[in-house]
Amino acid sequence: MIEQLARLGRTGLLALERLGRGHLLLLAILKGMTEIVRRPFLLIAQMFSVGVLSILIVGISGLFVGMVLGLQGYYVLSQFGAEESLGVMVAASLVRELGPVVTALLFAGRAGSALTAEIGLMKATEQLSGLEMMAVDPVKRILAPRFFAGFLSMPLLAALFSALGILGGYLVSVGLLGVDEGAFWSQMQHKIDLHEDIYNGVIKSLVFGVVCTWIALFQGYDAVPTSEGVSRATTRTVVHSAFAVLGLDFVLTALMFGD
Amino acid sequence: MCPECGELGDGLDGHYSDWRQSRLCSFWPGAPGWWRAWPLLRLEAGADGRYTMSDSQAEPLVKIRGLRFSRGEKRIFDGVDIDIQRHRVTAIMGPSGTGKTTLLKLIGGQLQPEAGTVIVDGKDIHALPLDALYKLRIRMGMMFQSGALLTDIDVFENVAYPLREHTSLSEEMIRKLVLLKLEAVGLRGARDLMPSELSGGMARRVALARAVALDPMMIMYDEPFTGQDPISMGVLVELIRELNDASRLTSIIVSHDVQETAEIADHIYVISQGKVIEHGTPEELMDSQSAWVKQFMHGLPDGPVRFHYPAPDLAQDFFRHSTGGRP
Ligand SMILES: Nc1ncnc2c1ncn2[C@@H]1O[C@H](COP(=O)(O)OP(=O)(O)OP(=O)(O)O)[C@@H](O)[C@H]1O
Ligand SMILES: [Mg+2]
Repeated sequence: MIEQLARLGRTGLLALERLGRGHLLLLAILKGMTEIVRRPFLLIAQMFSVGVLSILIVGISGLFVGMVLGLQGYYVLSQFGAEESLGVMVAASLVRELGPVVTALLFAGRAGSALTAEIGLMKATEQLSGLEMMAVDPVKRILAPRFFAGFLSMPLLAALFSALGILGGYLVSVGLLGVDEGAFWSQMQHKIDLHEDIYNGVIKSLVFGVVCTWIALFQGYDAVPTSEGVSRATTRTVVHSAFAVLGLDFVLTALMFGD
Repeated sequence: MCPECGELGDGLDGHYSDWRQSRLCSFWPGAPGWWRAWPLLRLEAGADGRYTMSDSQAEPLVKIRGLRFSRGEKRIFDGVDIDIQRHRVTAIMGPSGTGKTTLLKLIGGQLQPEAGTVIVDGKDIHALPLDALYKLRIRMGMMFQSGALLTDIDVFENVAYPLREHTSLSEEMIRKLVLLKLEAVGLRGARDLMPSELSGGMARRVALARAVALDPMMIMYDEPFTGQDPISMGVLVELIRELNDASRLTSIIVSHDVQETAEIADHIYVISQGKVIEHGTPEELMDSQSAWVKQFMHGLPDGPVRFHYPAPDLAQDFFRHSTGGRP
């Protein structure tokens, strides 16, 4: 009994310690921003591997999600004779919710896990130690550029997701189901609000960008430096990111749209 | 309970307590006293003066006093005093697992000791603010046991890395310097290979070239001779000696190759079980009366040093399976 209580307490303390370390790391990364101003090419290289290499998976997923939205939306809306609103429905759900959320989930799987594995292996092979001994701060040189690359890539990827999603919705509803093209676009233009919908979506994806990249970098930097430790850390990155994104999405939605 | 493996413990054993001893704790260089005193963080920075004023040439370059360091329950160092004299080759020897690599990391300021001080060039390295520590590290080269080369760039770029990072030399100059350093370790022809294409011994030689790229005041070699064939071994021994004498460097060599080490070292420290067992010139140690040192220096299988990690009797262990594994 006492044993179990002690166990519980210990687990709690360890979790808190981990959380604390995570925040210390975030602070250090933010302080490392100066390095990026000095060496912008570091950021550009990371934008490529974090952002550009994720374009394909994000784009294709966006297209298909938009097409499915078009199909499903049509069956519901046509029951009320409101097919003309299909454009609004597709665009709103993409820009407000699916764009940021699904992009973040894909990002965690594609880029986040790669970041964790990369940093974790650098730690396991003493490359991070080696940098420290060469008087190069790995937090500034390795982590900070990756962090800002993730932060900047996420909204761009989410925008791409939404844009291709709308295109997919258009192809299905106008091309396949015969919804009026003019109504599709004009209703969308009329109803989608810059502040209410688009800005809020961008804010969401910025938040997700910070959280997903932070989790990925922390898990890599904090990984037990063995192959098993790195593989566990990679799994944790994906799981924690998914939880964090879905949980935060609820909170942000409640704050933004629930008045 | 350890979140990694479920093992029960106070979180202070080995693998996942590592961070507390690492520089994660030094994220906050200007931290107030309560933070440094926080027991969990185990920061025992030398409280008052960061710089101990003593820069005269006669002073040892590295002065270790009363060093204590543990990994979890295991005490790695318990009151170690070591002096590394300037412009000499000092060897640290000891059986595998005594903490030789750990000692180098403590000297480099990568780990925080529990007690004791490490003074490098007159500065208490564990009380230095982060930026001063990095400044000092520019003048310390370290050759890692594993090489620790950056795997995403080739051999040439690895050696050029510290030059690009800390100097503003022209590309032409960097090229010349890098080729010179690679020539010295016999790997000028391997400049375009990636680290994954190198053998262990080659990787270590590249690491050596990288460690001396900035012409530091001190170089720490972690097992430079392991994995070298007799020819490159001879070249390395000569190179280390030459580097030390020509550039007025100070060298610390960690090794258990008694022959080679005795050949180039001016002074040898033998450590075991957390203590300095004996130190002196190679000749003194070879003639040592201590049974322990005798056994180690001459590589005798029998003596006070045990080859085995502490374990129950072999026969006992064999017939133990019915009661299930661990004692
Ligand atoms: N990250 C770590 N976590 C826990 N224990 C560690 C860690 N690193 C090393 N140790 C322990 O510290 C002790 C000293 O390790 P170290 O690597 O310094 O030995 P060494 O003298 O360099 O050995 P070798 O000659 O084999 O390289 C070992 O017993 C090892 O089990
Ligand atoms: Mg070692």
